[in-house]
Amino acid sequence: MADRHQPALESHAEAHPSGMARTHSDVVGPGHSFGSITDKIASAVLRPGFLPGWLVGFVIAFAVMSMFLLAISWLLIKGTGIWGVNVPVGWGFAIVNFVWWIGIGHAGTLISAILLLFRQKWRMSISRFAEAMTIFAVMCAAIFPVFHTGRPWLAAYWLFPYPNTMGLWPQFRSPLIWDVFAVSTYATVSVLFWYVGLIPDLATTRDRAQNIWVKRIYGVFALGWRGSAMHWQRYEVASLLLAGLATPLVLSVHTVVSFDFAVSVIPGWHATIFPPYFVAGAIYSGFAMVLTLAIPIRAYYGLEDFITMRHIQNMAKVMLATGLIVVYGYSVEAFMGWYSANRYETFMISNRMFGNYWYMYWFLILCNGVTPQLLWFKKVRTNVGLLFVLSLVVNTGMWLERFVIVVTSLSRDFLPSSWSMYAGTRWDWMTYIGTLGLFTWLLFLFLRFVPMISMFEMRTIIPSAKVKKPEGAH
Amino acid sequence: MQLEDPTPKLYGLLAEFDSATAIVTAAHQAREAGYVKVDAYTPFPIHELDAALRLPRTKLPWIVLGGGVTGLLAGLALQYWASAIEYPMNVGGRPYASWPAFVVPAYETTILFASITAVVAMILLNGLPQPYHPLFNVPTFSNASADRFFLSIEAADPKFELGATRQFLQGLKPVGVSDVVD
Repeated sequence: MADRHQPALESHAEAHPSGMARTHSDVVGPGHSFGSITDKIASAVLRPGFLPGWLVGFVIAFAVMSMFLLAISWLLIKGTGIWGVNVPVGWGFAIVNFVWWIGIGHAGTLISAILLLFRQKWRMSISRFAEAMTIFAVMCAAIFPVFHTGRPWLAAYWLFPYPNTMGLWPQFRSPLIWDVFAVSTYATVSVLFWYVGLIPDLATTRDRAQNIWVKRIYGVFALGWRGSAMHWQRYEVASLLLAGLATPLVLSVHTVVSFDFAVSVIPGWHATIFPPYFVAGAIYSGFAMVLTLAIPIRAYYGLEDFITMRHIQNMAKVMLATGLIVVYGYSVEAFMGWYSANRYETFMISNRMFGNYWYMYWFLILCNGVTPQLLWFKKVRTNVGLLFVLSLVVNTGMWLERFVIVVTSLSRDFLPSSWSMYAGTRWDWMTYIGTLGLFTWLLFLFLRFVPMISMFEMRTIIPSAKVKKPEGAH
Repeated sequence: MQLEDPTPKLYGLLAEFDSATAIVTAAHQAREAGYVKVDAYTPFPIHELDAALRLPRTKLPWIVLGGGVTGLLAGLALQYWASAIEYPMNVGGRPYASWPAFVVPAYETTILFASITAVVAMILLNGLPQPYHPLFNVPTFSNASADRFFLSIEAADPKFELGATRQFLQGLKPVGVSDVVD
């Protein structure tokens, strides 16, 4: 199936750098009609039974998620002492994983909101599952700070402003509270945006379902959508407004996450470069994760017509660009360590590079700085297998980056008498790997029960969607 | 209601088309012919229909602006009240109403309120959720969410006359015309 359209895709890959002569054919395979797009995408949801590959993946993901549940149960019984956190490294894996997961989520919003504002048609086929990825990543992210509080059932009163019998209110001057507002708003808006995008496709699923119960369930979620012209007008305005709102939101989320660090006075954290550097890193890791997911999904479900080489290449380019910004961030950190002439800053950077965690730092530079330079080559950008490996390398690199930021600074603070080393325990690792299981498990559910590509948006980009100038009307 | 009137009530007529161009032309001609209660149903948004059907511009942006302003004021008010009135706490001698710190949560509540308003207002203005609609009684209407385009003229339209309207719709060269029974 893939061979049939390969030549057409290749020819479009870089043929129109001006963007002037672009046609539909590079964002959707040739020869598609409204019906064929609908059939192809809806069949993954409406087919009876389960695909064997899906079932195997689902079971494995479920097993890994069970490990997460086990680790969290033990944590609640014993307390955070089972984790590797100590004094002075109070922010261990929990914060590393929180920042890593929330960063991954950013690509979904970037694709669905920012690229919508820029009217990038290549966003359409990947936006749905990138948004799903965002929601699941934010869910995984939120788990860590919540359990890091030790007793999450007591954490509510100082995290959320609600009247309580103690008469206490959150400290609004703290970046940690800003983070609560930013992340919970981000989660809510991501879910809303995703759901609004789904409404017309849920109606399609409802209309095509044979089983009465399947029809009813999708019917409930489709809200009775019937595609009326006035409804579409309001729908599109709402989508555009949501995109306009989600754009500043997504930039603010990782900015606020970086404030958790930058507003403190710890050397290596107290830097003005943090907000842009964190946002770029978030998009970098997010696009890496979209590639990690898109490449196997595309192959397994035979979606090469919808997720074309153009999509894959564009994502690789975004990864390269944001990766360079991240490398710039590392350079500025190193430069400021020297230029500040502050002994703590100078020590911080030399400790990062040559201290106890030197291998983490250089492995991070290898993953995030050196390896992605391969993306300059078109041969690499069009090699799907290699891109998949590269996306995993970048994901690893971004995790290491957060580890280096959190742990090296804390383990060597101002007083040598309080210095201490940090390492994750097996419970830390079980929780972290467990959230990967949770993420994958949710993703498998999504692939089975929700149309994974926006059908109505895909319909708009094939040639017959264009209204030919009718005589009489204008 | 059903008991008093056992004969099925006619909601209107529904013509089916097979292309985006055809539905836009048909919608335009229906309005030209003087029909008012005309609507088009399509599997994806077609911007030309707004002009063809002479649809008014939605008020949604203003409602969302209201939601955003409410969110901003609510966020600022909450923080001022909690930090300066209900639970004042001296942090390094800074004023209780330390507004620069309040910017961030207020920014988030602005976006939160505006987004929720956008979604809820879009759904409610569209009259959704509406599990039942007479159009769903037409078997072919299920293709309106896949690859077919429909034009309805309601029986409540002052110009509606079953025979004449059916003839008018047939004249637009549709794939078919069906009665929509309520």
